[in-house]
Amino acid sequence: MKVLVPVKRVIDYNVKVRVKPDQTGVDLANVKMSMNPFCEIAVEEAVRLKEKGAADEVVIVSIGPQQAQETIRTALAMGGDRGILITTDADPEPLAVAKLLAAVVAEEQPNLVLMGKQAIDGDNNAVGQMLSALLGWPQATYASAIEVSGATAKVTREVDGGLQTLDVDLPAVVTADLRLNEPRYASLPNIMKAKKKEIAAKTVADYGVDVAPRLKVVKVAEPAKRSAGVKLESATDLVSKLKTAGVL
Amino acid sequence: MAVLVVADNDNAHLRDGTHKTVTAALKLSGEVDVLVLGQGVSGVAAEAAKIAGVRKVLVSESEALGHGIAEAEADAVLAVAGAYDAILVPATSGGKNFAPRVAAKLDVAPISDIVEVVSADTFTRPIYAGNALETVQTSDAKKVITVRPTAFAAAGEGGSAPIETVGGADAAKTRFVSEEMVKSDRPELAAAKIVVSGGRAMGSAEEFSAVIEPLADKLGAAVGASRAAVDAGYAPNDYQVGQTGKVVAPSLYIAIGISGAIQHLAGMKDSKIIVAINKDADAPIFQIADYGLVADYKSAVPDLMNALTAAGK
Repeated sequence: MKVLVPVKRVIDYNVKVRVKPDQTGVDLANVKMSMNPFCEIAVEEAVRLKEKGAADEVVIVSIGPQQAQETIRTALAMGGDRGILITTDADPEPLAVAKLLAAVVAEEQPNLVLMGKQAIDGDNNAVGQMLSALLGWPQATYASAIEVSGATAKVTREVDGGLQTLDVDLPAVVTADLRLNEPRYASLPNIMKAKKKEIAAKTVADYGVDVAPRLKVVKVAEPAKRSAGVKLESATDLVSKLKTAGVL
Repeated sequence: MAVLVVADNDNAHLRDGTHKTVTAALKLSGEVDVLVLGQGVSGVAAEAAKIAGVRKVLVSESEALGHGIAEAEADAVLAVAGAYDAILVPATSGGKNFAPRVAAKLDVAPISDIVEVVSADTFTRPIYAGNALETVQTSDAKKVITVRPTAFAAAGEGGSAPIETVGGADAAKTRFVSEEMVKSDRPELAAAKIVVSGGRAMGSAEEFSAVIEPLADKLGAAVGASRAAVDAGYAPNDYQVGQTGKVVAPSLYIAIGISGAIQHLAGMKDSKIIVAINKDADAPIFQIADYGLVADYKSAVPDLMNALTAAGK
């Protein structure tokens, strides 16, 4: 079985983002970038499927600037077999990303696409669902456990109120939630070995997909700041403040 | 312009997110219909018909819809989508699951988790874990939008919309196996007026229950947790408040033993009043808390219980 894992290069999750003063976006100059945390979980799960013998090849794909190659190398150091980098200077919307990934799927014919449930920059939580819709495949989002057996996969999903288990026919798109696994750190020897793994260089034009944005960003603003609060001495003070504020 | 709101329900009752999404829809247009997906949902449809401002309720039933399977839900929405200019879905785990599927089939860019309707084609949504607010204008003729329920007031009651049955839908490639729901008598987290949340400082699941739950019960509050507490196994997954869990905006949010990481703040910083109890005076949570107690929760929570009793709670 072949597993395709899309990964995204995003601002590191520990960085406190700053909105540009001209409100055109978020300042990404000289900011630490990393692999989206949910993508790391997807890579880890794909590598575990390979280690269990359920998968025989793990292909990593990323769409973004040339530097996204580093993100692919990280995934290869975790155990991915080879990479595909589709370079673009634009920041494609989820619809365009889903269309590009559908074109990659047509070429690669994977049995499973395993990806993160959302990227922590756009917070859209859409690409996996859109990809499966374009392919006419079943989807299993927010996975916290995946069990592949033959032509189907049993996936436990995190839903409001608890957990739900679905059985989906393969090929399918599965999106990873936080508790699916604990991603491994790439060891130094594996980082060195990953440098020799192949990354196919592609461009958006190779796939003939229209990536023109459908949404125009009018502005990006800072959220309203909360006014500074007070530290109180005792629980009694706290209760009387809350009573005065009318929330008790 | 006609707007379709897809109801959030558990087959027995309408969930609160539906009323809030209707409010967002009414900002777009006066012609708002509600689509109820499920199985055995006549009670839900009757509740939806009572929402003030709703023109018509459509009911689509099948087994796959009763289990919230995305392929069937998207197909059921697409079957009626032709008559609408915008489709609004509450941004719950169920809504986020099928709405992008609908958008892809319609070849439109979905707009996720809006917190404001600026105009009929312009919407505001949080990005980067709520650290920035992006206002986007769509050029798509049909709009597919998920609505953050905590950002809108619930639409009132008093309507009497007619109910109409439409076709169901099936998901041939997906089978429902089982579900395991957390049982709770407390208010639902996303809709609660008061939320008491615990973090990693609790140290164990027993301690979490022993400290957080009695306080929540005394206040009639829902229980929440930080990601650290959930990952450590102190609280179930669906208690998680944050970017990757639930987004809440209660009147009162009490964070106990929670440091206040960016991803947690994304889920609660729109609460009306935030109280932090933490023994670390430098914890980031104090930067957004209206009232803070720098104290070990082990003494502060019993003190708070006593103070509440003394105040007649």
